[in-house]
Amino acid sequence: MTLTAETSRPSATAAAGRARRVRLLPRVAPYLQAAPLTVTLLLFLLVPILTIVAVSFWDYDSVRIYPDFVLTNYTELLTSPVTWKTYLNTLKYAALTWAITLGIGFTVAYFLAFHVRSTTWQMVLFLVCTIPFWTSNIIRMISWIPFLGRNGLLNSGLISAGIIDQPLEFLLFSDFSVVLAFVHLYALFMVVPIFNSMMRIDRALIEAARDGGASAAQTLWNVILPLTKPGIAIGSIFVVTLVMGDFITVRLMSGGQSASIGLMIANEISLLQYPAAAANAVVLLAVVLIMVVAMLRVVDIRKEL
Amino acid sequence: MNSSRRGLSFYLLGAFFALFVLFLYGPTATILILSFQGPEGGLTFPMNGVSLHWFRNLFEQQAVGDFGGSFRRSIALGLMVMVLTVLFSVLAGFAFRRRFRGSGPIFYLAVASLIVPSILVSLGIGLFFNILGLEPSWYSSALGAHLTWTLPFGLLIVFAIFNRFNPAYEEAARDLGATPWQTVRHVVLPILLPSLIGVGLFGFTLSYDEFARTLMTAGSFNTLPLEIYGMTTNVTTPVLYALGSLTTVFSFTVIGLFFLGLIALRRHRLRRTGA
Repeated sequence: MTLTAETSRPSATAAAGRARRVRLLPRVAPYLQAAPLTVTLLLFLLVPILTIVAVSFWDYDSVRIYPDFVLTNYTELLTSPVTWKTYLNTLKYAALTWAITLGIGFTVAYFLAFHVRSTTWQMVLFLVCTIPFWTSNIIRMISWIPFLGRNGLLNSGLISAGIIDQPLEFLLFSDFSVVLAFVHLYALFMVVPIFNSMMRIDRALIEAARDGGASAAQTLWNVILPLTKPGIAIGSIFVVTLVMGDFITVRLMSGGQSASIGLMIANEISLLQYPAAAANAVVLLAVVLIMVVAMLRVVDIRKEL
Repeated sequence: MNSSRRGLSFYLLGAFFALFVLFLYGPTATILILSFQGPEGGLTFPMNGVSLHWFRNLFEQQAVGDFGGSFRRSIALGLMVMVLTVLFSVLAGFAFRRRFRGSGPIFYLAVASLIVPSILVSLGIGLFFNILGLEPSWYSSALGAHLTWTLPFGLLIVFAIFNRFNPAYEEAARDLGATPWQTVRHVVLPILLPSLIGVGLFGFTLSYDEFARTLMTAGSFNTLPLEIYGMTTNVTTPVLYALGSLTTVFSFTVIGLFFLGLIALRRHRLRRTGA
């Protein structure tokens, strides 16, 4: 009697333990599964940003940086007319790139989604648009040089066609070439989300619009455009944040003649003025976040996620 | 739209699309051609003969910095980023199938990672390592920096996959007595496999071409994009185009292999199911 009781007790506790583990596992599992991604992002995104915020209050001289709490980095940044001019220039790039990529992205996505009828062709043409995304940005920028240069393809073509007799100087190393490169690099970020939104539109709505007597333009304006807004918002967020933070495109394509906030930060980094760069970066992050929140206020993108 | 005759708008839009594709690929094609410049040729047209001179030049040590080493480092880094991106984002994707406390903040952290300008990630990690007294290197700090760019993409793709995933397959497996692990191993993962290869392609190519996030995090040894960037400031011969052509061809090869892999996988499965 006692013997059976003694032998049965451990197995009973084991069973209870197993039951508890079975009940516990589903509750713990999501945390374990999300942990690697979360820890990586905390360690390499959140902590670095907090570091930047901390260092933006530090002091520095020409040799090293000192832990401190000074506001000079911010006051110097915000009282300098150069900062404001640079922000204005960066915003100009962002606005121009946004408007042009939106026009191109919407048109290309509209063609793919509503005018290409076979799904195979749709996928093939969509891939043709996305493949450059998987190649080097720097190479894609450099590749404009033989095209736009003083003796480049475009100038020699225009001269031999008799349209101009002097090579156009504004083509390369100018605001024109900077915006052109931005559009070239980032148009894709507009095409993909807009195409995605358009593919989700119920085709019956378009039939209904046509049956109701709407012209193609009316359908586009009153049915397709409103339903595409979430995609436009996502594309806009990508394009605007990428342009606002850029430094490499502006440096390469303006030939060092134009400035952007990212380039200003990069220059401060190369001069080892880390606290100044950090203050500049904090302000840039605030500006970018305000722009993103403003865009999300206008369009609700939660349906797309 | 459904009328059998295509209207004028179709041809106008089609022409616009063709111009867009020309705009996307045209410049790259130009440097591909120019990299075969003759030995006396310059950075622009006309072609001064046709030769492999600049490709040979590329492999001579003194012509450019450390092209071979940076290429190997970029590939190794890309492969590490690829493996970790697939692993971490699929695991997190499983987590997000259930509602759990903290899922909201984690999601916003991932989205924030896409929005934060690259130069901040680069500067922040550089400063962080500096303060801790750690030496930044391509396999530690740059790896982390690249993951902040690839993981959110990976996560969003995995979300999209799970949205379309039919849970009936899992229920069927469970009804037939499969353990949770067997269900994942033999049912869920095989269904997800093609998309996971896609996540891997994203991870590898985004890392292989990443510049801004590597700038302050690579330490003393350059990755290939940093090497190319260095060349743009001090190399004025078509050797730059030769390098550009090589790395572009390499990217296209990787993308091509990915699609071949997908096709092979599909064929293999069709044969196995006897369809």
